[in-house]
Amino acid sequence: MLGLTKKDTTLLIVVAILSMCAPFILNPFPEGSALAQFNAGYPDLMQRFVIFGIFAVGFNLLFGLTGYLSFGHAAFLGVGSYSAVWMFKLLSMNVLPAIILSVIVAGLFSLLIGYVSLRRSGIYFSILTLAFAEMSFRLAYSVLTPLTNGETGLQLALDDPRILDGGGTLTSLPVTNLFGLEMRSTYTLDVAGWSFDFSVGYYLCALILIAAFYLSIRIFRSPFGLMLRAVKSNQQRMMYTGLNPRPYTLAVFVISGMYAGLAGGLMASMDPLAGAERMQWTQSGEVVLMTVLGGVGTLIGPVLGAGFIKYFENIFSKINDTVLHGWFEFLPDGLENLIVTILHPFIGKGWHLTLGIMFMLVVTFLPGGLVDGGKRIGNLLKRKKAPDETVTPNTNPAE
Amino acid sequence: MTSPGNGLIKAATTPLILVVIVGLLLAFIPLNELILQLLNGLDKGSAYALIALGLTLIFGTLGVVNFAHGALFMIGSFCAVTLSRILSLSYEVIDPERKDFLGNPLKVDVPYVEKWFGEATGAAIIDWAVPLAILFAIPVMIAVGFIMERGLIKHFYKRPHADQILVTFGLAIVLQEIIKALYGANPIPTPAPEVFKGSFDFGVWMGFDANKILYPYWRIVYFLFSAAIIGAVFAFLRFTTFGMVVRAGMADRETVGLLGINIDKRFTMMFGIAAAVAGLAGVMYTPINSPNYHMGMDFLVLSFVVVVVGGMGSLPGAVLAGFMLGILQSFASMNIFKDIIPGIDQIIIYVVAIIILLTRPRGLMGRKGVMEE
Amino acid sequence: MSKTNFTRRRVLKSGAVAGAALATPTIFTASSVAAFTNEPTGSTVTFGFNVPQTGPYADEGADELRAYELAVEHLNGGGDGGMLSTFSSNALEGTGILGKEVNFVTGDTQTKSDAARASAKSMIEKDGAIMITGGSSSGVAIAVQGLCQEAGVIFMAGLTHSNDTTGKDKKANGFRHFFNGYMSGAALAPVLANRYGTDRKAYHLTADYTWGWTQQESIAASTEAMGWETVNDVRTPLAETDFSAYIAPVLNSGADVLVLNHYGGNMVNSLTNAVQFGLREASANGKNFEIVVPLYSRLMAQGAGANVAGILGSTNWHWTLDRPGTAEFVQSFGQKYGRPPSQAAHTTYCQTILYADAAQRAGSFNPCAIAEALEDFEFSGLGNGDVLYRGADHQCFKDVLVVQGKENPENEFDLLEVVEVTPAAQVTYEPDHPMFAGGSLGECNPGA
Repeated sequence: MLGLTKKDTTLLIVVAILSMCAPFILNPFPEGSALAQFNAGYPDLMQRFVIFGIFAVGFNLLFGLTGYLSFGHAAFLGVGSYSAVWMFKLLSMNVLPAIILSVIVAGLFSLLIGYVSLRRSGIYFSILTLAFAEMSFRLAYSVLTPLTNGETGLQLALDDPRILDGGGTLTSLPVTNLFGLEMRSTYTLDVAGWSFDFSVGYYLCALILIAAFYLSIRIFRSPFGLMLRAVKSNQQRMMYTGLNPRPYTLAVFVISGMYAGLAGGLMASMDPLAGAERMQWTQSGEVVLMTVLGGVGTLIGPVLGAGFIKYFENIFSKINDTVLHGWFEFLPDGLENLIVTILHPFIGKGWHLTLGIMFMLVVTFLPGGLVDGGKRIGNLLKRKKAPDETVTPNTNPAE
Repeated sequence: MTSPGNGLIKAATTPLILVVIVGLLLAFIPLNELILQLLNGLDKGSAYALIALGLTLIFGTLGVVNFAHGALFMIGSFCAVTLSRILSLSYEVIDPERKDFLGNPLKVDVPYVEKWFGEATGAAIIDWAVPLAILFAIPVMIAVGFIMERGLIKHFYKRPHADQILVTFGLAIVLQEIIKALYGANPIPTPAPEVFKGSFDFGVWMGFDANKILYPYWRIVYFLFSAAIIGAVFAFLRFTTFGMVVRAGMADRETVGLLGINIDKRFTMMFGIAAAVAGLAGVMYTPINSPNYHMGMDFLVLSFVVVVVGGMGSLPGAVLAGFMLGILQSFASMNIFKDIIPGIDQIIIYVVAIIILLTRPRGLMGRKGVMEE
Repeated sequence: MSKTNFTRRRVLKSGAVAGAALATPTIFTASSVAAFTNEPTGSTVTFGFNVPQTGPYADEGADELRAYELAVEHLNGGGDGGMLSTFSSNALEGTGILGKEVNFVTGDTQTKSDAARASAKSMIEKDGAIMITGGSSSGVAIAVQGLCQEAGVIFMAGLTHSNDTTGKDKKANGFRHFFNGYMSGAALAPVLANRYGTDRKAYHLTADYTWGWTQQESIAASTEAMGWETVNDVRTPLAETDFSAYIAPVLNSGADVLVLNHYGGNMVNSLTNAVQFGLREASANGKNFEIVVPLYSRLMAQGAGANVAGILGSTNWHWTLDRPGTAEFVQSFGQKYGRPPSQAAHTTYCQTILYADAAQRAGSFNPCAIAEALEDFEFSGLGNGDVLYRGADHQCFKDVLVVQGKENPENEFDLLEVVEVTPAAQVTYEPDHPMFAGGSLGECNPGA
């Protein structure tokens, strides 16, 4: 189907179902229960899962296929966000032109940076991309303030021109929309204690994720993708056969930059603010972490990694001592206090500590990331169910 | 064939050109300001060089990209903080004359050292906490290094660099969060001994008017200290058998192993030494800036840029790049340059890194094939 | 996808979810009949405390959180009641707000506008927070204020000192109790002129981002009005940790005063460096060289240690200030946490009490009703004396303290002493003052 093998089609369908049903899947606990704290099914976080999923899928195209480790991808995310917000300010609150512009601008920016950085390889390439991204961040924070609004971030104002929307003076800020369909409108379904949010913005992001994921599968399986893998395995041998790897690497660098720009544009569409810190090296590092954590070079890994990190950032940081006391109320006082004291360093303001420990555990014991872990569990289950069945070789022909 | 000296000359051309350019621009700047910024640059550069040196030691010997190196620097600073706290361990004496903020009688802390050694000697010991912390930090840092290498890094020698980066990055976060949990997020003032307060007037010494070139004593101490450490590391590698074996191992690990030398053990010790170098850089840095838990991360990216500009795996390259970037950064902070290129002081390090990497593919003194995969 | 004619009607029809969403366009709310965002329907009402818990301002955030928890305790009738007993408004009875018990959720801003908005959004969307408060930097405060305006909840700003928060970026749903850069300048300038004379040459080091600029502009304007001359203004990168390169040339520049427009880690480091370079003992132009730190806080003074001795600056409130409410608050806070509150803790405590009081007086949690109750509200007894919450820009006007680093601190918290209390009239400005012009409040947004 759609030019995919059976296995890939299944994967795509799984992703599609997961993203379409996310509002249910992410809200497994009834409202008001002690575990509701772990629910992640509110529009903002679901949008973040998907947007960072797109970002990581794009990053994986570059890193997973060619092995070029870019430490500057956040710059494209940031540039995408700025272009989208400028589009909202100048042209229209419709998200479509904003997203298109952010992809184009990020593409051009990545062409420029990629052209220069790809002259070097290995860590020298990484530092070149890092240098460009840090320069962008620092300038955006200070000197380029007229363009970026510096520390605060670029925001909408009441007196923006907004040519297509008629501009004029408003009494309240306009909201982003897709031909009149407001991004923030949410339908809430209350079912027997559970509450599920269906947000327009989320579904737009999810549809784009599915498209982006499909495109990434096609690139992985294409002759172009094969060429990129050749760059990773042995660039020299490739050159001896008379092929110049540069156009291929540059092309994939720009494509992954455009993915980042798309993610940036979507972020701005969901919440029209573009902050400079989106370009900081820690943000670039975060997408590396997402990809490696999920599984480099796997199709689904980056999406899982993105979800994992964003879940931690948004859920763990909000658990405080009061919440903990609430959970363990049923215990005798002394025991309750003891447990809260033990858990205290790991929650709330200590969520970084938990994240750091999780990284170390995952990297040490699951070298292939979460996908690897999933496979191991799968194998374990398979072996238990059918112990005498030999592993069948992959019968799907490579395209 | 080229003689070994040739490489060095080649490596020195790029910085030489840069120095000439900067020199030309400086024709418009008074000499005393120039000297002042040069001093600043050397001072900044010595911190960069020390951290980059440790990073390169670890990378060159073990082939591990250590993102937790900044955290080692930070732990070094907190060794100084800890020692100063240990020395000031106190018992409480209630002073009915004075009141605390709630209006209760104030509990005055009297350090034990003052009780044991008399008030003057005790106060002097506390005053000298930072230099004394050098003695305290060396065993602590070597131990930290050993535990890190044996407990964690060892398992990552054969893993991809990305995994090494990730696990050491995770470790860096864990280490700094532990420090934050113990010491809080606010900076902790840790001053230098009283005798080092104040500044030395280089101007008078060089024949300028008074007050033209003042430089704080402690920063001069820091520079001299760094120079001594860098010299010691080089001498150690150059003139001891241990160092010779390590250098041989850096060049060709397998052959050295085949000669029946337990190179792993030596490399572990090198990790300890590298950790100690980073830690000492941290100890001596505390009076310059009050230490806080995230100072390691502040230095991390910068020190990687320094190492890469110097050339991966090259010790002299790391030192050279450290001082060069420190000096350039100091000059970029002057308004005369900022007026020409707005924000140049924000980005100078990165601009220089890009220029150097584009003109010299492997940094100033990097070897071919190292970390280019 | 096949070629389709994307008209608005087509899009509207496509997808049952979208259709349903349009049929009941509830924004940020769980129930379509609510009159405003997150209208509390049960027996509790939820506040969102959004403070930096990681990053350089984590200690300040922790102190804010302590104050918030204390305020909630007092609102619910626990503890000794703190400043509720001295507060001029007697609407609050210690039984929650409008009979509803006060609950709270906490979040981490990381001092990044993106993360702060994400955290605030989750409080609004997931936890049903009716009011968001907190923050320890102006960029974050302005970004979150914008979000609250869009979402239709009230934002009670924490520590934010930039003129822009109630200037060009002011919003109808946002309120600030803390003072600002202009007030710092107006309060400091006369004291500076008094102490150091009117014939002074100032050298400014300014953090290179929006807050630093507005602060520098304010201080330069008010000192120049006193006859000072601004010799130089050097912008320093936010990420800088070692300011030696910026401080070394100061003595040579002909200036005799150094003004450090820095905050947080920047200020601790630049002041430490300046003292290291001997600027405090130096003399220039035949006068003693002086250092000024326009925005002071006790937590920062702790970070800079003995270096703050004798250095002037301004602050919103200090625990030694002799005003009704201060002693009660210090007692209550000190008993619970073993330390006196910082100015960040004080301003966040006040903001929580002021919000609760406004809701009680308005008889509703509707943001518009609360805004109306807060606008032009005059009160006293919250530690600052008489205060006005001006309706035109939602800025509080009150006396500003000029403080000085103490030479011989009596205990570890006794780092600053109040040298002058500048009366509110002297720091008041017109709402359309050029430094604050350019924005408009807009209309209050109740959400649904």
